[in-house]
Amino acid sequence: MLFFVAIAIAAPWLAPPENPYEPYRIVRCGYTHMPQPPNGNNPLEQIWKVITKQATICEARPFGLIQSYDIYYGIIWGTRTAFFVGLVITGLNVLIGLLIGSIGAYFGRWIDEILMRITDIFLAFPFLVAAITLAAVLQPTLGRGLLTAMIALIVFGWMGYARLIRGDILAIKEREYVYAAQAVGAPHYRILLRHIIPNAIYPTLVVGSMDIGSYVLSFAALSFLGLGAEVGYADWGQMISFARDWIPRLSDHWYIVVYPGMAILLFVLGWNLIGDAFRDILDPRLKGRI
Amino acid sequence: MLAYIIRRLLLLPILLLGVTVFVFAIFSLLSPEMRASLYLSDVPKSPDAMERIIHKYGLDQPIHIQYWQWLNQIIRGDLGWSRTAQRPVSEALLYYLPATLELSLWAMLPVILIGIWLGILSAVHQNKLIDHTLRVFALVGWSLPTFVFGLLLLMYFYAKLQWFPPGQISDWVTREVINGSFIRYTQLYTIDALLNGRLDVFWDSLRHLFLPVITLSYVQWALLLRVTRSSMLETLRQEYIMTARAKGLKESVVINKHATRNAMIPVATMGGLLLIGLLNGVVITETIFNYPGIGRWAADAAIRLDILSVVGFTLFNGVLLVVGNLIVDLLYAFIDPRVRLD
Repeated sequence: MLFFVAIAIAAPWLAPPENPYEPYRIVRCGYTHMPQPPNGNNPLEQIWKVITKQATICEARPFGLIQSYDIYYGIIWGTRTAFFVGLVITGLNVLIGLLIGSIGAYFGRWIDEILMRITDIFLAFPFLVAAITLAAVLQPTLGRGLLTAMIALIVFGWMGYARLIRGDILAIKEREYVYAAQAVGAPHYRILLRHIIPNAIYPTLVVGSMDIGSYVLSFAALSFLGLGAEVGYADWGQMISFARDWIPRLSDHWYIVVYPGMAILLFVLGWNLIGDAFRDILDPRLKGRI
Repeated sequence: MLAYIIRRLLLLPILLLGVTVFVFAIFSLLSPEMRASLYLSDVPKSPDAMERIIHKYGLDQPIHIQYWQWLNQIIRGDLGWSRTAQRPVSEALLYYLPATLELSLWAMLPVILIGIWLGILSAVHQNKLIDHTLRVFALVGWSLPTFVFGLLLLMYFYAKLQWFPPGQISDWVTREVINGSFIRYTQLYTIDALLNGRLDVFWDSLRHLFLPVITLSYVQWALLLRVTRSSMLETLRQEYIMTARAKGLKESVVINKHATRNAMIPVATMGGLLLIGLLNGVVITETIFNYPGIGRWAADAAIRLDILSVVGFTLFNGVLLVVGNLIVDLLYAFIDPRVRLD
């Protein structure tokens, strides 16, 4: 994972953008539709040439070209996209879940009932299908881009956290210190923010951190279907979607799937391993069990 | 048990109504003009055509009346016109459903049996080589995007080896269907082939189904393996297992008769999740393998911004999932009597 952090930070040096003001546009080399194979057999050597400025990206072509977009460039800058997308989606989902779950649990009764039934209805759709629909409906208004897909994934992503935090708060709000705070007349928002949420939030945060990988996957899937990042944007899923035109000849043009695919796999694997480690630390009883 | 079933059944219409309200809410994010233009199948010939359509579908009415009109339409089965399929949305759903059904049926059985079997295997051999291998297998399955896995399979087994082609069926079968020498009784090619007594068609259909089924299954195997493994390990620590072993029962009897049955209870709750995985998975899988089911239709429609088709597809999925979850919950209550009490 540190490896990916390093790539994201060092992107301007690893893959110098053509236009410094639009680094997320993938560099184009020529105008051919055909995939172009990597230059030479050792991509590391070519990458080194790019870093040391012995060759431009188009001369080096470490991972080849697809529709004249440079795959290496897209992977490097796509790392930033992946971090951005994963962290923002997860962060906002946890936040919304927190809001709805804690309000429902704290005030209880009909507020809780209404909020939980709404949650049920959001849960009545398969996540990806619902996100596809919302992304398609939003596209005429917002256009194709990161924002549309991210909104779609956020609208349908918060329910799990809302339920989780609700359960934890229900247990905590019966504690004596909460009664004490109520007895001295502290306002609701203060009790909730200062006394309840800090004590109930950790399981939700842990689950959230474990889900970052899966949000990156879902976003990549939307991009792959053509509902995420626009064409030519440095995004892994969007790059792989080019491969759909070359399926019968993929054995010649393996690099258009293998390199971006590896990037996604390793990135998500990294997050999942971190999530597992997190859980082991917090719940040693489960160590090595799941 | 009966009270539980009745309670759950009473909730069903409420949830279904919620589903329609929700789909309509998403749909009405579009302006009335945009929605009206969806109902148009041609370029309007007169300047007031748009106005008339807006009026006809009540798009200039207050929102709750619009919803009521829309609900009446969908109950009558009128979901609009699907530009992608060039037929009404409800017909398109029925037209593409058999292919997806066939794919899902072939995927479901191996998913459940193999996934559970791998999980038990992993738990019984805890921390041995086979366990570590299977856990890596599950972790990779959990981290690898479906579309990358599908493309890799196609790269090797289709582009390189030419073993398993994409699509649903070979051209020569399609020709036989058209000239009438192959009759499609059920619309499911594998079953039709057997009914026609045509093993060559059966084999051809299997060749097309193999890769999509594997693609669809891998994530699910990963999920089931993890859950079954942890549940099985939990069960194997129980005292009655020790008792069974102390009685001198054979290990295979202890595992199969005593442990597995109880370990399956938490696994049964996975039913709903598996269904969600399947519904999500068919969209991606069918798109990659160019398999003419509802998933590919919906994905095509989404790219073309054929919103009516997408909305119809989502509605269908929502209803399917609500009903599916109900069935899973009822089955679960049947397996584990403790559930019925709360």
